[in-house]
Amino acid sequence: MNKLLAVSPSPHVHSGESVNKLMFNVVLALLPALAVSIYYFGLGAFVVTAIAVVSCLAFEFLIQKYLLKVTPSISDGSALVTGLLLAFNLPSNLPWWIIVIGALVAIGIGKMSFGGLGNNPFNPALVGRVFLLISFPVQMTSWPLPIESRAHYMDALTGATPLALVKEGLKGGQTMSAISEHIPNNMQLLMGSMGGSLGEIAAIALLIGFAWLLFKKVITWHIPVSIFVTIFAFTGILWLIDPAHNADPFFHLLTGGVMLGAIFMATDYVTSPMNPKGMWIFGIGIGALTVIIRVWGAYPEGVSFAILIMNAFVPLINTLVKPKRFGEEVKKNG
Amino acid sequence: MLKTFSIGGVHPPENKISAGSQIVVLPLPKQVSIPIAQHIGAPANAVVTKGDKVKVGQLIAQSNGFVSANIHSSVSGTVASIDPVMDSTGYKRPAITITVEGDEWDETIDRSTDLKEECNLTAEEIIAKVGQAGIVGMGGATFPSQVKLSVPKGKKAEVLIINGVECEPYLTSDHRVMLEKGHELMIGIQILKKALRVDTALIGIENNKPDAISHLSQVATKYSGIEVHALKVQYPQGGEKQLIKALINREVPSGALPIEVGAVVHNVGTAVAVYEAVQKSKPLFERVVTVTGKHLATPSNFLVRIGTPISEVIAAAGGVPENTGKIVNGGPMMGKALSSIDSPVTKGTSGLIAFPAEEAKRKVAQACVRCGKCVSVCPMGLEPYLLNRLSQKKMFERMEHEHVLDCIECGSCSFECPANLPLLDYIRLGKAEVGKIVRARKA
Ligand code: SF4
Ligand code: SF4
Repeated sequence: MNKLLAVSPSPHVHSGESVNKLMFNVVLALLPALAVSIYYFGLGAFVVTAIAVVSCLAFEFLIQKYLLKVTPSISDGSALVTGLLLAFNLPSNLPWWIIVIGALVAIGIGKMSFGGLGNNPFNPALVGRVFLLISFPVQMTSWPLPIESRAHYMDALTGATPLALVKEGLKGGQTMSAISEHIPNNMQLLMGSMGGSLGEIAAIALLIGFAWLLFKKVITWHIPVSIFVTIFAFTGILWLIDPAHNADPFFHLLTGGVMLGAIFMATDYVTSPMNPKGMWIFGIGIGALTVIIRVWGAYPEGVSFAILIMNAFVPLINTLVKPKRFGEEVKKNG
Repeated sequence: MLKTFSIGGVHPPENKISAGSQIVVLPLPKQVSIPIAQHIGAPANAVVTKGDKVKVGQLIAQSNGFVSANIHSSVSGTVASIDPVMDSTGYKRPAITITVEGDEWDETIDRSTDLKEECNLTAEEIIAKVGQAGIVGMGGATFPSQVKLSVPKGKKAEVLIINGVECEPYLTSDHRVMLEKGHELMIGIQILKKALRVDTALIGIENNKPDAISHLSQVATKYSGIEVHALKVQYPQGGEKQLIKALINREVPSGALPIEVGAVVHNVGTAVAVYEAVQKSKPLFERVVTVTGKHLATPSNFLVRIGTPISEVIAAAGGVPENTGKIVNGGPMMGKALSSIDSPVTKGTSGLIAFPAEEAKRKVAQACVRCGKCVSVCPMGLEPYLLNRLSQKKMFERMEHEHVLDCIECGSCSFECPANLPLLDYIRLGKAEVGKIVRARKA
């Protein structure tokens, strides 16, 4: 035989799974929430998302091509996901130049300065968001009103988020029953009718995205569920102890980016643990920190900070928490 | 819920194209080259010289140590040479080349097809006969079978496990053997049970072979102490440790053998070979080989004499297809790519698969995105992404600490990695280095 045969080591077949496909499925999973956001915030949601996505892609391309002088890898879809997630964490009336700064920080500092995809310890979109929150606290906490602001971008009517209302009210000595007259009920919260970052509001749409990610095996359930369980249990205990001065656990789950953070931000491959045991520790940490920041901290919401703090522990978790090894289980005499 | 193992695993496309093809006896080749090293352990010592006349079944190379195996001629004819020949691993190793003349079998072999049920030999006599017949693990592992039957002092076998899983995609030789040699298989199992002094044998078969499961379940009713178990399809269930876990829910500890948890595992092909050796005095000189591929004219299962050139086996299935880019000896997950099809069929050749050119090349590797998929599919609970990195950095001590020696080289990690990283390539390298370090420490 005179044909040349390829000789490579086993295995000789591959699942066909690829980074592109995974990222594409994340984008698909984000679409329901984007649709709800455009329904409530209209023009602003569209403009902010477009600017965030385009600037993230542009910065990734420019930095890789001219600064790092490597072949740009924007086609892997990760910058697209970062752009969408950054937008989801911003108010829909944020001036365009602040968004561009956020994108630069997310991609330039959050991702590329560490060596690009796979090496960044912190979730890039959250790095961008927290940087903006600290640098532009006023613009970052003015929230367009749902529906009413649909036709507007930067000139939208604004109000406070439910979490901020609760925090202010409690500080001012009001009880929960008095405050609850000014905030949407849990059903409205589930459907996303509230002020907030443009992608965080629609719990139901984000849960549909979660189902898609699970169905496509992009992520496992461990991180989101451990965060939900922790927040629910922690705030539930506080609420049972003193319902007059603590919001109920459903309220906590449905507001302030818990859904967005738990499903899409905390599950970022690069910045989360590698095995289920580690994921549980990570998720419990995020849940507990979120509640601590919300209840006793300076910010009304705490998911972003909680995730970033737990991101910092991921290398340690990965070193200390090992998967269940085969043969570990004690011999059964069956 | 069907039983399966608990950690990791993947489900590659099954592609059992040749499952419906009955076993066909391959015509005798003109010449065979029989390597003296086709098993795990020491190569056998040739006991014939150039010019000798040999018969089918005659001993031509003698087992050389405790872990070694006898080798018998698969044809009758004249020894043409004893020279290094390229074997399926791509290395040249000594092989006994025999020019075929007629088909004259050794007189001691019972060539009738009558079933012989009774076996009055003692355990020791059975084990000796298995050793004489040169039987090795026929699933591809090629570990000498008599060694596995010799239970070490202080240990006790409690159960015999028969591996009919055939979890590798494409391969169907075990499937056909179960369908066509069911009775021989059962008698072989009874003999193995006797050798091990156990009362129970469990046959594990994946659920994608319902015909084999129902056929064997029915045949098994005639014999005592043989149970057939259907298993969920999950690769690598044919791995000894995974199969034991699936069937009796015991985990063989790291570094230990199955006997540690009272189990001994043999493949269905091996059990049939044991029947033939013990009841028919027929040594191991032929085996069933699956020849398959998506573009092959007639995917087949052949009964092939050991030493037959692989090229002739493929020719009988319609020849190498035009667009073939790779030919694999064994399954697609663990088999070895052949550099040449002139190498011979050996005792461990379970299948030959022709892959078209577009499937032969690997995809370009990207950076690890730390998705953890390799961790979740590893059936041994290892962290392939980490082992890969440590191996590239030559951090072998750390690799040992991370249990690299537990890796069964199943390939699930490389199969699953979305970044197309050749994880197992580096893990294998590192594992070999760690193995050297560990052996040096013991010496
Ligand atoms: S499967 Fe591949 S990309 Fe994912 S963690 Fe493992 S090595 Fe990295
Ligand atoms: S080849 Fe080794 S490391 Fe990779 S999945 Fe199999 S046992 Fe685990």
